[in-house]
Formats: sequence, C-alpha cells, structure tokens
Amino acid sequence: MLRLDQLPVRRPARIAAIDWERLPVAQARRMRELGFDEGVGIETLHHGPIRRDPIALRIGRMTVAIRRAQAEAIQVVEAAAAE
Amino acid sequence: MNPAPLVALVGNPNAGKSALFNALTGARQKVGNYPGVTVERKSGRLSLPDGRPIELIDLPGAYSLEPASPDEAVTRDVVLGRQDGERQPDVILVVMDATNLDNHLRFALQLIALGIPIVVALNMIDMAKRDGLEIDVPALSRALGVPVIATVAVRKRGVDELLAALADATGQRPHPAEAIPQDLVALQRRARAIAAETTVEHDVVRRWTRSVDRIVLHPVIGPVLLAAIMFVMFQSVFAWAQYPMDVISGWQDALGAAATAVLPAGVLRSLIVDGVIAGVGSVVVFLPQILVLFLFILLLEATGYMVRAAFLMDQLMARVGLSGRAFIPLLSSFACAVPGIMATRTIDDPKDRLTTILIAPLMTCSARLPVYAIIIAAFIPARSIGPGIGLQGLVLFTLYVAGIVGAMIVALVLRRTVTRGQTPGFMMEMPKYQMPSWRDVLLGLWQRAMIFLKRAGTIILVSNLVLWALVFFPRPPAGYDQPAIDYSIAGRVANAIEPAFRPIGFNRDIVLALIPAMAAREVAVSALGTVYALKSRDTAAQPGAAPPEELSLRDSLRKSWPLPTALAFLAWFVFAPQCLSTLAVTRRETNGWRWPAFMLGYLFALAYLASGATYWTARALGL
Repeated sequence: MLRLDQLPVRRPARIAAIDWERLPVAQARRMRELGFDEGVGIETLHHGPIRRDPIALRIGRMTVAIRRAQAEAIQVVEAAAAE
Repeated sequence: MNPAPLVALVGNPNAGKSALFNALTGARQKVGNYPGVTVERKSGRLSLPDGRPIELIDLPGAYSLEPASPDEAVTRDVVLGRQDGERQPDVILVVMDATNLDNHLRFALQLIALGIPIVVALNMIDMAKRDGLEIDVPALSRALGVPVIATVAVRKRGVDELLAALADATGQRPHPAEAIPQDLVALQRRARAIAAETTVEHDVVRRWTRSVDRIVLHPVIGPVLLAAIMFVMFQSVFAWAQYPMDVISGWQDALGAAATAVLPAGVLRSLIVDGVIAGVGSVVVFLPQILVLFLFILLLEATGYMVRAAFLMDQLMARVGLSGRAFIPLLSSFACAVPGIMATRTIDDPKDRLTTILIAPLMTCSARLPVYAIIIAAFIPARSIGPGIGLQGLVLFTLYVAGIVGAMIVALVLRRTVTRGQTPGFMMEMPKYQMPSWRDVLLGLWQRAMIFLKRAGTIILVSNLVLWALVFFPRPPAGYDQPAIDYSIAGRVANAIEPAFRPIGFNRDIVLALIPAMAAREVAVSALGTVYALKSRDTAAQPGAAPPEELSLRDSLRKSWPLPTALAFLAWFVFAPQCLSTLAVTRRETNGWRWPAFMLGYLFALAYLASGATYWTARALGL
C-alpha cells in the first residue's frame, strides 16, 4: 500500500482506500462523480511542471487531474504487487 | 394549440452535447439567458421525420443532479421542472461518451430514474472503435430499458435514427419518480457493472491522446509549447486582422465622405458623420481582431488543449491563491471580460470564482486595443530596438504584462483579505484530443460576431449619440470667441471635474472623452475623435484662424498632449473599469451590486494611482 501521490508514473494500481473525511465535502463529491472508488484501477500519467503538482491520472477510462493534496487522501496497491 | 414538445439535451461535460446540438439544429439556434442567472439558454427548432416540430434545448454539462456550480444547478432545475422561464422537458436526450461508459452511465441511470421519457445517444462511437472498444448497443438498451442510438455527432452520423427514436418518445407519458437516487457510489457501481457487461475490450493499437499528452504535459516541453501557442495567438491577432481592418476603415471613410457630400452642412450632417459613422465605425473596425482571438480560443477548447493549459498553469495560479481552472476564463478575458466572467461558472469553489471574476477586467481585453493603438501610433516612434523587436510592439507588450502582473497582485491581496477561504482544489477531467469540427467553430465565431455587432449597434451607438449631443449643444451665441465645445454641456462638466485629474496629467479633453467612455473603453477613441473633429472645425470657423486643415486624430493628439500625459493615459486604461457590460455581468454572476461596486472602486483607485505614478515618473525622467 502506498499513497497515490507517491505512486510512480505509469505503474497501474488499484484504489485500496479513500479517506473521504480528509477532503472538503464538495471536493469529495466531485471525486466520487469522477469515479474515484475503492477497487477502481488507477495509474499516474503525468506530473505538473512545478513541484510535480498537479497529477494527471487515468481512472477507469478517464483522464483526470487532481492536486497532490487530494491524492494524499487515497491509498493504492500496485497491480503487480496484488497478483 | 399545444406548444411543440420540449426535448432537453443532458449529459456529462465532454460527451459531445454541443456538437450533437449543432448537428441536430444546424444554424437555426437561439441563444438567450435564463431569467436571474447568466447561464446561456441555447435552443433550436427541428422537425421530426413525421413532420411534427420539436424544440430542443442544450443544457449545461453536469456530472449528476447534485449541482456543484451555477451551471449544473440550471441543468438540475430544468430537468426537474423547477427552472423559472422553462417548462419541464417532455423528453430527455441523454448524451453519453461511448469511450467513457462507466462514468457517463451513472448520470444516465440517475436521469432514467426520473421517469421522463428518455432517448440515449451513444456518442463518439467511432472513437470507441479506435480505442478498441466494442459496445453491444442492443444489450445496453435492454439493460437500461430505454432506446440507445449510436452516434458520431461531429460527422452527423446517427441523426436520422435519433430523430425516429425521439418521435416515438414524444408520444410516451411520463411516470414521475418518487425520489431521485442520490447514492453516487451505488449508482457508480451499477454503472460499472452495466458497462462491463456490454463492452468488449480489444487490444489497443493506437492511444493517441496518451502519446500527445506525453509531449503536451511534459514538464519542460509542455510550458514551452504553451508559451509558443500564446505567442502565436497574440501575433496572429495583429497580423491576420490588419487587412480586414484596413478594409473596414476604408468603408467607413467612404461612407463618411458620401454622407458629407449628400447632406447639407448643419446639425444633421454632424450627427450622422461625427456621431454615427465615426463613432460606431471606430468600434466595428475591431471586429476582425476579436474574431481572430476567439478563433484561437474556440480551437483550443474544441481540441481539448485548453484543459492541458490549465493543468500546466495550475501551480502558478496556486501561488496567488487561484487554481488552474481560472486560466481558461482569464484567457478568454483577453478577448472580452464578459464571456470570460461567464466562463468562471465552471469553477466550483465560490471564493476562487469570485476572485477570478474580480481580476478578469485586468486582462487586456480587445476593447483596449483601439485606445492603445492610437496613443502608441501617435507618441511612440516606430523604432527598432533589436532584431525583430519594435519599440511600439514592446510598449504594447508591456501594457499586457502590466495588466497580468496587476491581476496577480490583486488576486494575492484579495485571497488574503476579502475572498479569504480554504485553498481551492483543482480537479478536472481531461478530455480526449479531437479534431474540431469546422461547423461548430464557425457557428461559435458567428455567434460572437453577432453579440459584438449588437453591442456596437446599441450601447456604443447610444453612448456616441449622447456624447455627440453633449459636445454639440448648446450652440454658443453669436460673437462667442472661445471654441464652441467650451460652451457645450460636456465642456462644462469636464471643466468642473478636470481639477481632480490634473495631478495625474490629464487635460480637459481627456476628461471629456472619459465621460462617455464609461460605457465602453473603445468609445474613448471615438470620443476623442469627435472632440478634436468639432474642435478643429470650430477653430477653423473663427475669423482670422488658419485655413481649415484636416488633421488626423493621431496628429491632433500629438500636437496637443505632452508625452507624460499620453503615457499616463495608457496606464489609466490598464486598470480603469470602464465597461458597463462587465459591471452588468458581474452583478448578475454575483447576485447583487456589492461586488461590481467593489470592482468599480478598486479598479478606479488603481487606475488613478497607476496614471499618477506614470505621469510623475515620466516628468522626473524629463520625457
């Protein structure tokens, strides 16, 4: 298990847990709407040019950008490690 | 007679809703506003295969019926029949992106549960094939219990089938649901299950968007590319627009000359030539620049690049307390703050949004260009100060930068004072790259052009006529030996308030031009034109005066303003909030007079300080 913000680029993983309490209500809802949920496949694609923030992710079939601070609330398991 | 059935287009952002709307209605669209909110109401009429008319409305994209922004609130309220000025739709046409079923199905499931007749357009089916996805459309239709039609909106594929399905659906009765399903996670899990059952995924050969993103979002190449695109965009605004602008001013001159030849000298001729043709013409001439700028913005949006730009800019914006989302409205504000402020509706965080609205007028909008252009042409020598760098261009660039730097400082201050709040997040879906459809881009340009011309024909025309009257009346009595303008109402008002502006180097003529330019900045140019035209005519008409010489506005300005005054005038327009439309849209977007009043106050204070500082610095330097 590691935090999403620490997941290396292009290493497919799965969301293990999301600490919804850490996120402001509106942000948590938007993240649910974008498909963030336990068990969903996720992969870090790119980091922003400054302080490696924000992070572009593949979640399901979508590409979504979120900030590092939001990624810190998400725990992931690398797909290779899970098998 | 009953009104035509109302069909509402609903779907997630980036599902291709607007492209489908354009494909269905073509150019027969009406753009209006919902009462009380500035959310655009786009509607169009079309005929079903059996000849019955229906009215189609395009609702703002949303992720669910729980709104996070004012745009999404309109979508919910229309769908539920709660929106003022709109009846409840008879049919909902749900648009889904075939390549993103798990996500888009969730909203569709929520809408289907409402009990209103539904037709689903499974859009971008060609992209799904390209991505190696095969969707069993009949199975999807069975799973959802509603008709599902595969479409490619940008190529108008599936439109006939869609119309046939709509014809069936308009006959059905709604059976209203008791409650809207609200549990997003449960809906999402059901959506994923349905998507998994109806989709077969093949091996993917091409992953276009991913490979492009590796370059576009590269930490070094990405920002360089963004800077290059911005540079090309602003260059083109000047380069491409030059020829059509020359043509338009040619027409304007010809029209003015023709009117002068036909009309007898007197009040009417002055009204038509000085008031209408010179006034409105000086604004219309600038349509090409606005269109070039909007062309770039529409293309950047339609291709999907704009969100990438927001991604790259996010941390820079974060330093002044904003998010990358603010980049898009601020970029649009370089064309015009009005659509820019309207585009802030996609910003979820209210404080973030308010700050963006308040600084939007600091982006150098195209209405400042004529003001800058005439002053620069008159006072800044066209000298080269380096390979490919002209002094005039450098001054213009400095004015743009001054606006941006000013905006950043203001944002920083506001976020620590009046709009203090939690750090906004940045969360954005990054759509796939797409070839824009020319039809959609041209339609967007056409709508922008009409809005601009309507403005020129109403607010700008009226303010020019008012100014003309203020400058022309009352006529001085016989034997009055001063220029007639000093006897006019405008001259007297300007004389009265001129002392307040003397410390920052403004003369009476500038103050005179600033009065009507309260309506719109570009009016300052036509106002100066009117003032100096009447003035030189008056001078020429006096006994013993030099024979009448036709001075261009540029020459008149050069003759009557010292350089520090001209520079102070430029600095004034970097900040001055002289645009009624911006204040009006701010009032609507913030629901009250408080924030537009604040905007007006802080911008005027900044404008005064900046002009004063410029004037005294220039004087001290002996310019």
